[in-house]
Amino acid sequence: MDLAGRVNGGLRRVPTWPVYLLGMAPAVWFFWLGFTGGLGVEPISELEHRLGLTGLQFLIAGLAVTPLRRLTGINLIRFRRALGLIAFFYILLHLLVWLVLDLQSVQRVAADIVKRPYITVGMAGFLLLVPLALTSTNRAIRRMGPVRWRRLHRLVYVAVPLGAVHFVMLVKGWQLEPLLYLIGVLALLAARIRLNRRRVVA
Amino acid sequence: ALAGAAGPARAADDMEPNTWEEITRYCNFYEFGTRKEDPWHNAGQMTIDPWAVEIDGMVDRPGTYDLADILKGVSIEERIYRLRCVEAWSMVVPWQGFELADLLTRVGVQPGAKYVGFETLYRPEEMPGQRARILDWPYVEGLRLDEAMHPLTIMATGLYDKPLPNQNGAPLRLVVPWKYGFKSIKSIVRITLTDREPATSWNKAAPNEYGFYANVNPNVDHPRWSQASERRIGGGIFSPRQPTLMFNGYGDQVADLYAGMDLAKFF
Repeated sequence: MDLAGRVNGGLRRVPTWPVYLLGMAPAVWFFWLGFTGGLGVEPISELEHRLGLTGLQFLIAGLAVTPLRRLTGINLIRFRRALGLIAFFYILLHLLVWLVLDLQSVQRVAADIVKRPYITVGMAGFLLLVPLALTSTNRAIRRMGPVRWRRLHRLVYVAVPLGAVHFVMLVKGWQLEPLLYLIGVLALLAARIRLNRRRVVA
Repeated sequence: ALAGAAGPARAADDMEPNTWEEITRYCNFYEFGTRKEDPWHNAGQMTIDPWAVEIDGMVDRPGTYDLADILKGVSIEERIYRLRCVEAWSMVVPWQGFELADLLTRVGVQPGAKYVGFETLYRPEEMPGQRARILDWPYVEGLRLDEAMHPLTIMATGLYDKPLPNQNGAPLRLVVPWKYGFKSIKSIVRITLTDREPATSWNKAAPNEYGFYANVNPNVDHPRWSQASERRIGGGIFSPRQPTLMFNGYGDQVADLYAGMDLAKFF
């Protein structure tokens, strides 16, 4: 058996619930650090940033599942729902920290969503993720049918780049790190376009 | 509406200084990296002795002044100032320093001079952030001459009665307390008197976001965020926002510098 086959065989025996536990553990850790002084002298921004960044990382991991399977044969599709939901929870927490701890007022939040382009972009990305999170159950897939469900979940191809653009826009100046995330996201989307085309030709 | 979740409100005129740790570990000094703790980690490698400042342009006695010579002729005093960052956080800092006016008077400002330009050290081998083009290095800043001569404007050399740590702009930095923090240029190696408004780094990088004046003004928002409120560093995870004061609370001393000016236009 080839390497991918052996990896897949091993992965089949791994349940998905530990992925949720491991995936959310950093969030618990970040909050613990924030409440105990471990996030430096400005813990609110740091907590907000770490939650948002980890959310983006899980979104990217979810986007990488299909290209990884096509390129290497390693199949993580069983874990993709967990990756997506974990990403959603991080971004939800990111939003709540911003709302409750950072801005501390509904008026400020409303004004920022309308007036600040990077917030508008980030909020649009989050809203696109909501229906995806709500339909991330077996029952929803059965009820919608796989074709409609898949079509709906293509929204992630819009939501993730919006998240990466939000990161690029919020920093001062042209910093390298957010640009690398954006390039990574665009590369994963581009890989899909090419893979899709090849499949059509085949 | 959610303010109830926050801790005890801290008035903006609370002048209790931030701790040494807060002031020295939470810095914007992109020459040493863009994360707030990067300067604290990386600034130690900057050589600050020997240090000289070139003073040129429209002055009677231009030249390269050794730091010791500059300090010989001035009296160092403590100034506890609010510092408001353009990113909407703030601190209270107990600086030691001298009035910039004293130095400018000593070198002799010529009648035609209207502005003062400043330049930070450019030494990429000791300042890792300068190896990436986040900004057009070296960092440059500027003031109108009357702003530079104002008694609130100081050149700081110390913090908490200790020499200024490198990450806070050692050995010599500007402090202009009624302007956003990026105006208070660090680790100065050059001061130029001129009759033209000098270029300033953040203005060059994003002219719609950072003006030449950069006076703290709660009524003129940054295009990407509100400037109406700020968070005082050191309040922990439930640190409340507090209203930002016009001219960072120094309006009674500096507002007349800008009489008749449209501060939304000259932001």
